[in-house]
Amino acid sequence: MSGRRVIIDTGNSAVAYAVKDAEVKVIAAYPITPQTTIVEKIAQFIEYGQMDAKMIRVESEHSAMAAIIGSEAMGVRSFTATSSHGLALMHEMLWYASNARLPVVMAVANRTMGPPWNIWADWGDAMADRDIGWIMSWAANNQEVYDFTLISYRVAEDKRIVLPAMVNLEAFVLTHTSMPFEICGEETREYLPEYDPVWKLDPDDPIIMGNLFSPADTMKLRWDMWESMERAKKVIAEAIREYNERFNRNYEGLIKTYKMDDADYAILSMGTIGEEAEVATDVLREEGLKVGTVRINFFRPFPREDIIKTLNGVSKVIIFERSSSIGASGQIMQDLGQSLLLEKMQLDVNDVFIGIGGTDVSYEDIVNVVKKAIKGDLAPLYWYGSEGW
Amino acid sequence: MPEDVNKYLPLSKPKIGISGKTGSWRIFAPEINYEKCVKCHICVVVCPEASILLEDDRPKIDYDYCKGCGVCARECPVGAITMRRER
Amino acid sequence: MVTVKDLAKMEDLLLKGNAACAGCPIGVALRTTLKALGRKTIMFVPACCTSVVQGIGPGAAISVPLFNTAFETAASVASGAAAAAEILGKDVTILAWAGDGGTYDIGLQAISGAAERGDNVLYICYNNQMYSNTGIQRSGATPLGAWTTTTWTGKTEHMKDMGMILIAHRVPYVAATSVGYPDDIYEKVKKAKEKKGFRYIDILAPCPPGWRFPSDMTIRLGRLAIETGFWLLYEYEDGELRFNGYTKLVAEGKREFKPVEEFLRLQDRFRHLFEPKRRDDILEEIQRWIKERFEWYLSLAKI
Repeated sequence: MSGRRVIIDTGNSAVAYAVKDAEVKVIAAYPITPQTTIVEKIAQFIEYGQMDAKMIRVESEHSAMAAIIGSEAMGVRSFTATSSHGLALMHEMLWYASNARLPVVMAVANRTMGPPWNIWADWGDAMADRDIGWIMSWAANNQEVYDFTLISYRVAEDKRIVLPAMVNLEAFVLTHTSMPFEICGEETREYLPEYDPVWKLDPDDPIIMGNLFSPADTMKLRWDMWESMERAKKVIAEAIREYNERFNRNYEGLIKTYKMDDADYAILSMGTIGEEAEVATDVLREEGLKVGTVRINFFRPFPREDIIKTLNGVSKVIIFERSSSIGASGQIMQDLGQSLLLEKMQLDVNDVFIGIGGTDVSYEDIVNVVKKAIKGDLAPLYWYGSEGW
Repeated sequence: MPEDVNKYLPLSKPKIGISGKTGSWRIFAPEINYEKCVKCHICVVVCPEASILLEDDRPKIDYDYCKGCGVCARECPVGAITMRRER
Repeated sequence: MVTVKDLAKMEDLLLKGNAACAGCPIGVALRTTLKALGRKTIMFVPACCTSVVQGIGPGAAISVPLFNTAFETAASVASGAAAAAEILGKDVTILAWAGDGGTYDIGLQAISGAAERGDNVLYICYNNQMYSNTGIQRSGATPLGAWTTTTWTGKTEHMKDMGMILIAHRVPYVAATSVGYPDDIYEKVKKAKEKKGFRYIDILAPCPPGWRFPSDMTIRLGRLAIETGFWLLYEYEDGELRFNGYTKLVAEGKREFKPVEEFLRLQDRFRHLFEPKRRDDILEEIQRWIKERFEWYLSLAKI
């Protein structure tokens, strides 16, 4: 174990390094592309004596989540990773993690749900789990993958929060793409204290988790989770601030804004598309269009206040989404909609579905769409490329 | 840490009588005839409710919680327990 | 061997005034199990009658830590807890406590995984041969001919042999016992406690409302099941299968199994086999199955 250093590796490796640096003690996982290399690397760390942890090679993703719920309930920091169908299989147990207030952390390699078989990037897998009470971040590069994993542990375990956290990284674009990133090594200790659970299974103080509760008492439990998630906005911001200071990063907070100060038009997106949109922003600015980009780093809690603040004064928002809520709109659109309603604000919005099923998204695609949208030539709900289908 | 944080968690503590005085469920009540009782303690062991206690080596029914299932009477090898209708 | 007097003196960790039905076999099975395991036990309970027996929070009728978990996850949650206990260096028994629905059916995959991995878990199935908590539906453990609310004219298949499935995993300890014999339950749980790795005990648990018999007959039927060979008392340990109690006496030729009708007649879940018209076809098939099953066990056993 050493201190901070820059390495060149994949997004999946970045997760594995973060899990090692967080001194996670129990990992349970089941193979699924494109997640698998995360747990392969963790298995290697453990077997080669570089990490003191126990790995449970379970027989399904459902059992993977169940097993880390069991270990976390014993008061031990735990981790798993999965993707698409594996995440769908876990769905039931995601509720146990959040409702039992067990701050596990999971990496999700966002992949398309089948059929047909498709191993490429799509946010749809994680979006199906957005209402469960998990903190959800979306990384745009491998540095964020590493950093968000550590920040997730810090926030999830914070006694004011105690909710599980999901770190999303898109299939292949991040999971299997190498780029330089800095790892914190043993300096992580100072940032991430030893796990001190709010409750645990201990014969010296017998606690029974989750027997029958009355409707009225159950409603209070959900309210407590709601309050904790609201509080998480502040706690995440604090955790990011301290992370920045300690490790010399410059994260803005739950969102990242780019050239928004004087923007007339805003691009709103997440993950790698959100980062690609910054390149598009530069191109559009060269053409004289006052465009800015807002990238959501934390989708849950939804940073309503931050987004509304930065969109104040903008005449149009163009949302780029790598998933759709079929029969409604995109999920970011829905949350922007609730934000606008709650803030009594009106905005001209285009929702663009792009990169679905893992199609590549380049800055040129984004530039084309934004130009059309500014001209008013775009349907409010638009599937990129669909005019040719 | 402020006290109003994590006020509501899905956690319980051990409690006798969680369903109240379950003796009220009873229709028939067991009665031990101590003249017949041979202090074998089988009734204590087979009671599904853990509501037959030992007092000075003698079984004693806790009528607060005995649900009146009759297992003790059925299993008593010397017929020292009889079920009496209560309601 | 533990005596009745020993058992009577031991501390009860299942608390009175719980939400179980009168005559519930869980009371006997769980009281006895926790007497054998003591306070240094952590329970993992999936959806089953024991979820209800605990009563309504924020209290619970049990004195050991307990995690209520999803139907199919008793084994997998326990696997994670066992790993954590090892890391913490904690001397505790990780007990998965589940009904037959959560064991024979929906939980089978997780059990197989934990058994194959050799996770340090004691898995006990209290087996009342149906989904009792949801209202007496057929499970993989329901015997041929039994009425349930999803087999109104009687189940058309025999029960699954879960013990043999575990024996095929070559785990350190597999045992079958019955609520009719609390001392046998105690001995088997005690023995399983001392072993490492995945251990499985199947406790036959006659259920008054589910099997349709008067609540005072719980223990009696637990014994008749054994005396008729409908259920067997056995242990699989260090690669060897051995019988216990009445089953052992039969295996040694010292006793014979009673006709299974003596067991079936006392339960209204089998009443349609006797009236309005006697169903000899099914009764004979149950009797044949008992014989064939016992011979199969005999062929594998050390007597």
